[in-house]
Parts: sequence; structure tokens; C-alpha cells
Amino acid sequence: MTYNSPYTKDDFLRDDRGPHIWCPQCGIRPSIQCFAGALAQTGIDRDKIVVVSGIGCAGRIAGYMYCDSFHATHGRAIPFATGVKLANPDLTVVVFSGDGDLFAIGGNHFIHATRRNIDISVFCINNGVYGMTGGQSAPTTHMGAWTATSPYGNCEPPFNLPHLAESCGAVYVARWTPAYTDELTQSMREAIQTRGFSFVEIVTPCPTNYVRYNPTVNTGSKEHTRIDHSADVHSLQYSCEAQLVVGTFVRRQRPVFEVQQNNRTQT
Amino acid sequence: MVDPSVMTGEHFWMGNIACAEGAISAGCRFFAGYPITPATEIAEQMARRLPQIKGVYIQMEDEIASMAAVLGASWAGRKSMTATSGPGLSLMLENIGLGIMTETPCVIVNVQRGSPSTGLPTLVGQADMMQARWGAHGDYEIIAYAPSSAQECFDLTVLAFYMSEKYRVPVFILSDGFVGYMTEKVVVPPAESIPQFNRQKPNVSREKYLPHHLADNEVPPMAVFGDGYCVHATGLTHDDRGYPDTTEQAQDILIKRLIGKIRLNIDDITRYEATYLDDAAMVVVSYGITSRVCAKAVELARSQGIAVGHLRIISVWPFPDHLFRWSFPDVKHWIVPEINMGQIVREVQRAVCGQGTVTPVSHAGGDVIRAEKILSVLKELCK
Repeated sequence: MTYNSPYTKDDFLRDDRGPHIWCPQCGIRPSIQCFAGALAQTGIDRDKIVVVSGIGCAGRIAGYMYCDSFHATHGRAIPFATGVKLANPDLTVVVFSGDGDLFAIGGNHFIHATRRNIDISVFCINNGVYGMTGGQSAPTTHMGAWTATSPYGNCEPPFNLPHLAESCGAVYVARWTPAYTDELTQSMREAIQTRGFSFVEIVTPCPTNYVRYNPTVNTGSKEHTRIDHSADVHSLQYSCEAQLVVGTFVRRQRPVFEVQQNNRTQT
Repeated sequence: MVDPSVMTGEHFWMGNIACAEGAISAGCRFFAGYPITPATEIAEQMARRLPQIKGVYIQMEDEIASMAAVLGASWAGRKSMTATSGPGLSLMLENIGLGIMTETPCVIVNVQRGSPSTGLPTLVGQADMMQARWGAHGDYEIIAYAPSSAQECFDLTVLAFYMSEKYRVPVFILSDGFVGYMTEKVVVPPAESIPQFNRQKPNVSREKYLPHHLADNEVPPMAVFGDGYCVHATGLTHDDRGYPDTTEQAQDILIKRLIGKIRLNIDDITRYEATYLDDAAMVVVSYGITSRVCAKAVELARSQGIAVGHLRIISVWPFPDHLFRWSFPDVKHWIVPEINMGQIVREVQRAVCGQGTVTPVSHAGGDVIRAEKILSVLKELCK
């Protein structure tokens, strides 16, 4: 598919920041290649795009994007982005961060921004652990997995992130892995272009601090995944053994926060 | 043209309302907050007023999110504010630290109540003075003003925005439950005589713009999101491009500049009021609501022939050490009443540096210190 855009993917990557900090085999780097491609495909004026990240390995993404970007405190990327979007609705605002940042310390902000239908996109690198601090268990760690802080096996069930996003009211919900380069790029583009709160989960277990100790973890390769756009979001809970379902599960419309607010204050 | 956002004229307002109107008059067009006694009226007034003047009000899910949204709105180009009380401020501190590190202009109003923890939600306290100064982790300098009347809630909120934009730093209004709820005459001047400062914008191209490069006055110009400068800001230690640089050298340059831009400009930031200082060997030091009873205590003492002066500190942070060391060298006794168990009194002791005695008059919170109690301390010191 061709796109009418003045930009290429490389226009969105800072060329003066190499080498990047991520490990070999980490899924973040290919994911931001997809992200840069998606931004280019939208054709949106680069000066009107803001990328916000929290803390952690994925929290570093904002710093590598060539556009306005902000590296916020741990878990607070979404409320920061909410302030940006409401203060200047002409900006396209994307939060790109990790599972611990968005769903442990930042979980409350996620559910409320989704409920309000703030017109931002949230992309989540779900690597299953706290990677940067050395592989501690996260709200996305599989049951039974060994991590630095679950040495007897993780005893907590992980979040089903697409289900969480859907139940809070997200208007676009997808899950991919970096193995699906084209699909992930297209999904990010759709999410950015969707009016309202959109969410894309990118499942890519940490090679250094998770898969190394849990070799049976599903790393999201194409042979261990299956595309099912019509999958019921309730069924998307994943375990080490099961095949991972990917796809775009939710597309719907709901009035965004600013419209709801303006309709009431202008009457 | 008359600015419809500025309510020029005389009003009968409570301090919290005056605070909100001061913010609006200063150009504040974004408020994110969370309800808390005794600060909620500020949020309520902003919720009513901001939509009328193309501003944005949002009630967030907590104070952490409120402060994050305020920073985001500031980076998107709006003058932004939040208001809370001690328990809420405890939650805001992490993002206030981020605001300091990323040099984000914004104003935080803390209407102090009895504390710690849930404390006395509806009653006065002044025990968050050190929290405002040191609450976020790390080394920094902050600016804080303490109003003692509804009029000052208006005036100092205007000033707080001015200083936050000028020095690119979060600025506190350290109000309290009694000042916030006190209803008094407030005069709002014509819009053109309300001092406004808008953050400086870069005047160079994107390629040449260094977001954290030293300007002459140590405060770098600020390109906001959407200006076309592709800025990156981070809470990590960063270089003059704004990029992470987690080295001892970068830390040294950055932290010294962040602190220096406040310390070097202390004369510009400082506000105080000195009464009867000319012949006074004994001076009452006060701030906030306590100033009101101190003024009465000083008048009572004067009427009884005691040569006492009154130094009202309006800008509590950065602490105006120079007043004590240089401006009033003949003072022998400093008396510091405050509604806490001794916070600013320590600053006075440090600033006086042994050149006089310093006597605290403490109150644990819940009410003002009675003027008669302060008078009895003054009389005791005269013996």
C-alpha cells in the first residue's frame, strides 16, 4: 500500500542518539521502527505530534523519536498526555510505554483516561517483567514464571490487557507482536487515526530477564500465534502454554472527552 | 479592549475564590485537580470559570494525575495550575520534582490544614512549609509565597504565575485553611495593570535550538509542543539538548544551574513587609495567617511601650536570609510564631547566625495563635 505522506520512517527517528540502550533481540527496537513507519504513513505534520513515555526500558522510547517528546515519571505518562491533549487538541498525542509503567503503577490512570475517552493512543510494550531493574515480576508475568522476585514461581494471574482496555471503553483495541511488522505498523496507524482512546498491546517477552529463565514462554513468533480479529476479548488471557491470539479486537465510536465537555459548557 | 477574564472591581471574596481569580487574571487557562478540604473551592471556581474563557478544567483521578496533567498542559503552552491541601501535596511531589527537573512553569496552591496525615481537614495549619521546600527528593530550589488575606490570595497568585514563567519553575502558594475560607474585600485592578510574564520563546532555528542551554539569566527559552522544535524533555539528568546524559559532569552542570537560577535571583523573587523596624530591638517574624495576629500583638505591645517591630515574610522560599543578616543588624531578639512545632523558626535561627536570640511560639494546629500569647512572650523577653 502506498501513502501520500511527506515523511519516511527515518524522519521520525533521532539520528543523533545512537547507539540505543536496548538489548539484542529486544522487541522494542523493531516496535519503534513500526511506530516510526506508522507515524510517517499518517502524513500528520511532524511538528504536531507528541510522544510521551513513562519509566523503564519502553519508557526510553520517547527519547528516540524525532518529534516533540517527553519522558515522564513512572506510571504518569497517561495523565501527562491528558494535559497535553486537552491544552492543545491540535496535537496528536501518543503514549508509548511498558506494561509495568502503564498497568502497575499507572493502572489507575489507564482506566480513567480510557473511561473518559481522552483522544490519545496508548501503545504498550508488554515484556512480562520489569526489565530495566533486572527482571522482577509484573502484573503481566505468567502464572508460575520464575522472576527475580518470584523465585518460587509467580503466584499472581496476569492482566488480560485487551479485555481491560475494552471493558473501560477503549474505542480501538489490538494486540500484535513484533513478528507481525506490517500488521503492527498498520494497527498503530489506525490507532493514531482513530478519534478517541485507542490501545495497542505489543507482546514481546524480555529476552534478557524473562525468556532466559522461562524458556517455555511464548515469545510471539508467528508459529506460536494466531490472528483472530473476532476473538472474544474475555478469551485473550494468555498462559505459557497456549497459542497467543493477536488481532484487532475492538473498533467502535464513542464521543471523546472534549466533545462531551464542550457540548455541556457551550449550552 | 476589556479583558472579560479579569473581573476588575471590588469584590467580597473568600481567599480560595480570590486565588482562582488571581490565576485567571494572570492568564491561567488550565486547571487539573482533585477535591480536598479546605482547597476545593479553588477547583469549583475554576470549573465554573475556565469554560467561559476558553480554558480547560479537568478533575483527575488523584493528585498524582492532576500534577502530571498540569505539567503536560504547560508543555502544550498553557499557563497551568492545581490546588490541594497537605495530603494531596504529598501525592503531587513526585511530579513537582519532574517539573523542577524539566523546568516547567506552573503554580501549585497548598491550602494548609492541621496535619500530619488526615489531621484536621477543616482547620488551619502551617506545617507544610518544609514539605514545600524539601518534599520532592533531591536538591532543588523552589519559590513559595504565603498570603495572609483574600487580597493577597489574588495578588500573590498573579505573582506566582509571573515568577513561574520567568524562572521556569513550579511556584507554590502556601495558603491555609483560614486564609482560604476568610471572606474579605478584594480589589481586582484593570487588566492592563496586572503584571504578566510569558515564558520566553527561542529565537533561533530548530537546528540551533538547545532547550537547556544557558541563557544570560540562567533561564533557557522554552519551545513548547507544537512550536516545531521537536523538543525532548526528561526527568533524567540531561545535557543542553535535553537528551539523557547520566554522568557526574552533566549532573554538576544541570543541578547547579537549576539551583543557581533561583538563588542568584533571590532579590527579584523576595517580597516582605517591615513595620516598626526602625527602633526595634525585638522583632516578630511572621507569615500567612499568623501575620494577622502578629500585627495585633505588635500593636498591643507598642501601646504598652514595648519597642517591637514586625517582619512579615511574604516569599518564604527561597528563604530571605539576607534580611536577617544585613538589613536589620540591630535586632537583638527574633520571635517566630507559627502554626507548627517549629519550622520557619529554624530558618530564622540559621539566618540570624547567632547575632540575636530566636524564640519560637508554636501551635500544633487547629486555630491561630492568640495575640495575647504572643504579647506575653514579648513581655517576658523585656524582663
